[in-house]
Amino acid sequence: MSDSRAVVLNRIHAALGSATPAVVEVPRDYERRPLTGSGDIARFAETVADYRAQVHRVGASEVATAIEALVGTGSAVIPADLPPDWVAGVRTVVDYPVVGIDVLDSVDAVVTGCALGIAATGTIVLDAGAAQGRRALTLVPDHHICVIRVDQIVDTVPQAFSALDPSRPLTFISGPSATSDIELQRVEGVHGPRTLDVVIVGVRR
Amino acid sequence: MTAVFLGQPGVGNLRGDQSFPAAARSAVADAQLRRNIGRATGTIRTKRLAAVAECDDWQQLRAAGSALKQDVLARLPELLEQLEANVQARGGQVHWARDGDEANRIVAELIRATGSDEVVKVKSMATQEIGLNEYLEAEGISPIETDLAELIVQLGHDKPSHILVPAIHRNRTEIRAIFEREMPGADALTDDPRVLAMAARAHLRRKFLSAKVAVSGANFGIAETGTLAVVESEGNGRMCLTLPETLITVMGIEKVIPRFTDLEVFMQLLPRSSTAERMNPYTSMWTGVHPGDGPQQFHLVLLDNGRTRVLADEVGRAALHCIRCSACLNVCPVYERTGGHAYGSVYPGPIGAILSPQLTGTTGHDDPNASLPYASSLCGACFDACPVLIDIPSILVHLRATQVDSERGGLPSGQDLAMKAAGWVMGSASRFGLAEKALGAGRLLAGGDHRISRLPWPASKWTDSRDIPEPPAETFRQRWARNRGGDR
Repeated sequence: MSDSRAVVLNRIHAALGSATPAVVEVPRDYERRPLTGSGDIARFAETVADYRAQVHRVGASEVATAIEALVGTGSAVIPADLPPDWVAGVRTVVDYPVVGIDVLDSVDAVVTGCALGIAATGTIVLDAGAAQGRRALTLVPDHHICVIRVDQIVDTVPQAFSALDPSRPLTFISGPSATSDIELQRVEGVHGPRTLDVVIVGVRR
Repeated sequence: MTAVFLGQPGVGNLRGDQSFPAAARSAVADAQLRRNIGRATGTIRTKRLAAVAECDDWQQLRAAGSALKQDVLARLPELLEQLEANVQARGGQVHWARDGDEANRIVAELIRATGSDEVVKVKSMATQEIGLNEYLEAEGISPIETDLAELIVQLGHDKPSHILVPAIHRNRTEIRAIFEREMPGADALTDDPRVLAMAARAHLRRKFLSAKVAVSGANFGIAETGTLAVVESEGNGRMCLTLPETLITVMGIEKVIPRFTDLEVFMQLLPRSSTAERMNPYTSMWTGVHPGDGPQQFHLVLLDNGRTRVLADEVGRAALHCIRCSACLNVCPVYERTGGHAYGSVYPGPIGAILSPQLTGTTGHDDPNASLPYASSLCGACFDACPVLIDIPSILVHLRATQVDSERGGLPSGQDLAMKAAGWVMGSASRFGLAEKALGAGRLLAGGDHRISRLPWPASKWTDSRDIPEPPAETFRQRWARNRGGDR
């Protein structure tokens, strides 16, 4: 095994030749300005909705009502550190102690927060941080309700990468599960959650 | 370049058993295939243009992506060692494979060590390339493809024909027939893609929830952090990367990138170029083992399989910049007509025409892969579409020249003799004039459509695959002499 390592590295050195590699300057003149002020909330709502995810804009005091309406009479799994007032009216299963896959497969929904949202692409990013829990939570249930505060929205992809921590497990989510594998036409709903609700909390509209 | 030690040629599903012209002849005769591919590529071409037009800085992103990949190749040993150290520091194990055979053996041993005889697989070009599924089956391990298109190919006992959508050659009616035949309990389906996608969901759900081992590829491996990234759509990737206890990732050595923030470039270029979306539905990134979250055993297999051979060619190495978006396939007039199977390799289309023969090396004129650099009209649409600016037409010409040069010496070929004769004729005005006169006789050979379709040997080698237009009644020189002859 270590032998193969040496062989492959030697082959690379031989292929590149003995000359010291020329330093390659990477032109960084693409759009990568840092975020100033707040992100473009309207654009975020629009790009998320383009994927046929449902977007809900609510005031800070209306989160529980919105989530209750979305879960209905069913049950929702939640990470242990989800703000309890978000799910005041919902029958919940807390992922503490850790619940089995069969439980995740039997609940109707999952409610989480997120790390940030990207307005340019309609993407929410989970990093297993506050109010998000482990990755399986947002994967196995068929309905994901994701709460995002307006101050978590950035405008561009580069702004997102400069804010994220690669040492955490990251999941980028852009709309519900989809496929383009039949005649290159997009169809929503394959293995991941078939319904995605994004609740934007901030200024009400 | 003679002093350079070339890597072990690529082994696996990288070479067909007939030349491109021979395979293309039967492919273009399949009207259904042409219709399926024409429709699918037509759909995605229009969408891609719209997705790209939304980015004002698209050209700047392409230039950055291209420079990043050049930087990667120039610093490849250093970046791979950095990646390895960081994966190990986070609880992952790293294995190196000289070729496909070695990678297959490593993966099979790792699976066997878990006691499992079944693995779920995320779509991965690297494992298609090395023929991992075939190898595992022979070893008594069942590989289950979970990407919808890969599943269609696997259940149809078929071969992939596109990098992104391996079942692009199948239309919805054919897919329905395959599912009804091969999926236990799948009956009463319709042609609706949504219904077909739901059938795949039902078929695979139990497998996902009970799988102990998963095998994936990787779109990117980040040297500075040891992070791996998989870009996907359906959620099958997330299932495989999250639920099993053991994850084995096979990654080509050229997939390493220096920094985490470099993804800000590629994660804009890749989704818009491949599925024409602002962002693909799901991207997963993980770094070694995350305690309490996801697989607790992680293995990374770094694969050469001919990549160092490609790297040794200073012109051809740009083929290693490829991020597998498949935009070049979708815009290629040749691919649109022949489909992917005619290329013989898992990498079809323009990128395949430069990648496959370089990965395998070619053994001479009769090697099917030697015909691939000619599978192009050099129209340049691939270069225009490539998100990392790979100048595919120039590399095709370079590979053609290398091929011709390597066959110098020995008995001259028909083409050599024809070129020599043409050189002799064109070297003198009077000989050229005589030849022009003789050309007039060709008018007698042309049919009612003013084309010459059949000539005797050796000229038949030309007319077997092409028509020659009827020679004109008067050549330019004859016309000049008639009109302006007195001016001299």
